[in-house]
Amino acid sequence: MAKVTIDDITIVVPDGTTILHAARMIDEQHGTNIAPPTMCYYSKLKATGGYCRTCIVNVTQGSEKDPRPMPKPVASCRTTVMDGMVVKNNTSPELLEARAGVVEFLLLNHPLDCPVCDQAGECHLQDLSYENGKEGSRFEFPKREVEPDDLGDKIKLNMNRCILCYRCVKVCDQITDGRVHGVLYRGDHAEISTYIEKAIDNDFSGNVIDVCPVGALTDKTFRFKSRVWFTKPVDAHRNCAHEKCSGKVRLWFKGDDVLRVTARKDRWGEVEEFICNECRFDKKSKHDWEIEGPSIISHHSVINQNHYTLGKLQLGIKNQIKHLNGTKIDLGEGALNPNNIEK
Amino acid sequence: MNEKLLLKYDHIPGINTLAVYRQHNGYTSLEKALKTLKPDEVVEEVKKSGLRGRGGAGFPTGMKWSFLAKPEGVPRYLVCNADESEPGTFKDRYLMERIPHLLVEGMIIASYALGANASYIYVRGEYYYIIKILQKAIKEAYAAGLLGKNILGSGFDLDLYVQPGGGAYICGEETALLESLEGKRGNPRIKPPFPAVAGLWGRPTVVNNVETIAAVVPIIQDGGDAYAKIGVGKSTGTKLISASGHINKPGVYEIELGVPVEEFIYSEQYCGGIRNGKKLKAVVAGGSSVPILPTELILKTAKGEPRLMTYESLSDGGFATGTMLGSGGFIVMDEDTSIVKNLFTFARFYRHESCGQCSPCREGTAWMEKIIKKFIDGKANMADIDLLWDVQSKIEGKTICPLGEAAAWPVAAAIRHFRHEFEAYVRNPQSINEVKHYYRLNNLVEA
Repeated sequence: MAKVTIDDITIVVPDGTTILHAARMIDEQHGTNIAPPTMCYYSKLKATGGYCRTCIVNVTQGSEKDPRPMPKPVASCRTTVMDGMVVKNNTSPELLEARAGVVEFLLLNHPLDCPVCDQAGECHLQDLSYENGKEGSRFEFPKREVEPDDLGDKIKLNMNRCILCYRCVKVCDQITDGRVHGVLYRGDHAEISTYIEKAIDNDFSGNVIDVCPVGALTDKTFRFKSRVWFTKPVDAHRNCAHEKCSGKVRLWFKGDDVLRVTARKDRWGEVEEFICNECRFDKKSKHDWEIEGPSIISHHSVINQNHYTLGKLQLGIKNQIKHLNGTKIDLGEGALNPNNIEK
Repeated sequence: MNEKLLLKYDHIPGINTLAVYRQHNGYTSLEKALKTLKPDEVVEEVKKSGLRGRGGAGFPTGMKWSFLAKPEGVPRYLVCNADESEPGTFKDRYLMERIPHLLVEGMIIASYALGANASYIYVRGEYYYIIKILQKAIKEAYAAGLLGKNILGSGFDLDLYVQPGGGAYICGEETALLESLEGKRGNPRIKPPFPAVAGLWGRPTVVNNVETIAAVVPIIQDGGDAYAKIGVGKSTGTKLISASGHINKPGVYEIELGVPVEEFIYSEQYCGGIRNGKKLKAVVAGGSSVPILPTELILKTAKGEPRLMTYESLSDGGFATGTMLGSGGFIVMDEDTSIVKNLFTFARFYRHESCGQCSPCREGTAWMEKIIKKFIDGKANMADIDLLWDVQSKIEGKTICPLGEAAAWPVAAAIRHFRHEFEAYVRNPQSINEVKHYYRLNNLVEA
């Protein structure tokens, strides 16, 4: 067991736990909001994380035995805790500045076409930029442009929105057979693609839509039907014949119509159990399903808040400002206006 | 006179063949190691020698070897990093081209020390002709019983393979190299685990630079203590320096570590001074990624002491006033050089070579290139200098592999030491056209 202190809260976790998971455990136990944001890490998949760099944290004390601080920020999703480790996340202004830099990089070539993007409202990049980014952009050059592409008849790929988190590649590698899609080219030309436009063709392929943190991979059976915040999420299940599919899903209703079917997601925005394409794309009638009840959506997205005022993370920062000895943090204009703060 | 250990016989005709190489003490170190030393004793000699990695990081080789995990029944590997792709560095090419058997002999000794029965030389794809030279040397060695089963009757088996790379800078990063060697896309791995624990095919692996492995041969020949006597302090032995730029005698020089930088640039024995009688403006001392230093800081440290060609002396003063020995790619620039244009070349390179895995490097290198291009096009303003500084600071230390730093450091150093030049281009955009020696920008093909 290892004792680790993150943002002044101490927890004892099993050896081999990552800093990120220790922070999530603290949040689950104490109701705090100290877990770093993640864009590429996915606890349900193997070997994810480390790419996006949004979950970086400062390690100010390596361990009890070797108290030296780590020289650079580390990716909390890939760094395991040591006994006596001290980590600073929201309590380090330099780190928040560095993370704002990462957010800026992620948005650099992102088209910011949220008004016409189906992901808007449940987009992790939206959440990330509202909560950790700065206003405006300093990038004054044309953005990269790639023609949107079809991955089979059910999935749309819009590469312009992609942040290259590699989650979909890992899904195809780990839960489907015979991966035919991956990353082409390198550097700022890198693209997710099926080689020679070959369609993703297997009965679990739809899960790439759920793991995509942005609007790069969207459900063609749902595209442009409704904004997500106008739909009502309901948990339901059916007796699915597919051996790998649990049949436990989330239905998104508008009136009596099921507009789309997705997997259920936990408070970290991660899929609880992957579902098959038949459940996702073909069972669009409420009579196909046993309804369990309204879904509880705990991810801090617009779909459960209906507004972007002061995010919980920023509230957390505000509560922690007293630790910072008067260091000024710029949360954006009006952010600390009491009228904007959630009660 | 400067003692040579690696390039002692490089001028001998036919030294690339086994017969001539053997006439000049070739494979005597191997015999000594196999017949008189246990593997641990070889490691011990290398530790005593104080040899440090010649690829750029300067990590003590003996220590790296002793970190290698040795679980029972699991094969271990030695991989030679011959993906020499740091701009300004061409020493490994020279060594492999001239004396391939030195590398082969070093590989056998090092494999013996590490207990590796299969070893690889990963050569960059552009060195196509060198791959042939190495393969010929390896064939000769097999025929002479120096490779294969039961080498020289010692009971030690080794198979040595040459693997061509696809020609990517990133594959010089050791974990990207291993991915590429496994036949995958050359993306750096996220560490830990380090290669010493899980490297090639998940097995314990040591990755060493060509020159590092070649240096093992003289270390075993004369003993680690004798090697440690050469050099200054913790910078022991000799180092190959690839000298290029505006000097009278560009080329590969083997120096004893500790030669003053001033002597290296101006003495007839080495670079022979600045060509056309021009004045020195700046030096990039260790390959394109290390910070550039202006004349006054490269010849003397901030404390006023003469700067020496050692790991410690070159990095004296940190990055504020110092640089790094790096891979020994010594690029000299005369007074006519435009630092900003040169920086643009470097920035283009790093943009092109970024693997695209992690966001700061993928997006940041492209952004930096675009900002620097504004200066070249005469469209920049003063705020762009600060923006450029801020962008590089957001890349440095935030990336998976050191390529992020490699891209950020040259930008930071150019602004730190030559900010006035950026400002001059903003004030007088025409002045950039007066730089004559530089290639014309419209000849560049946009990637």
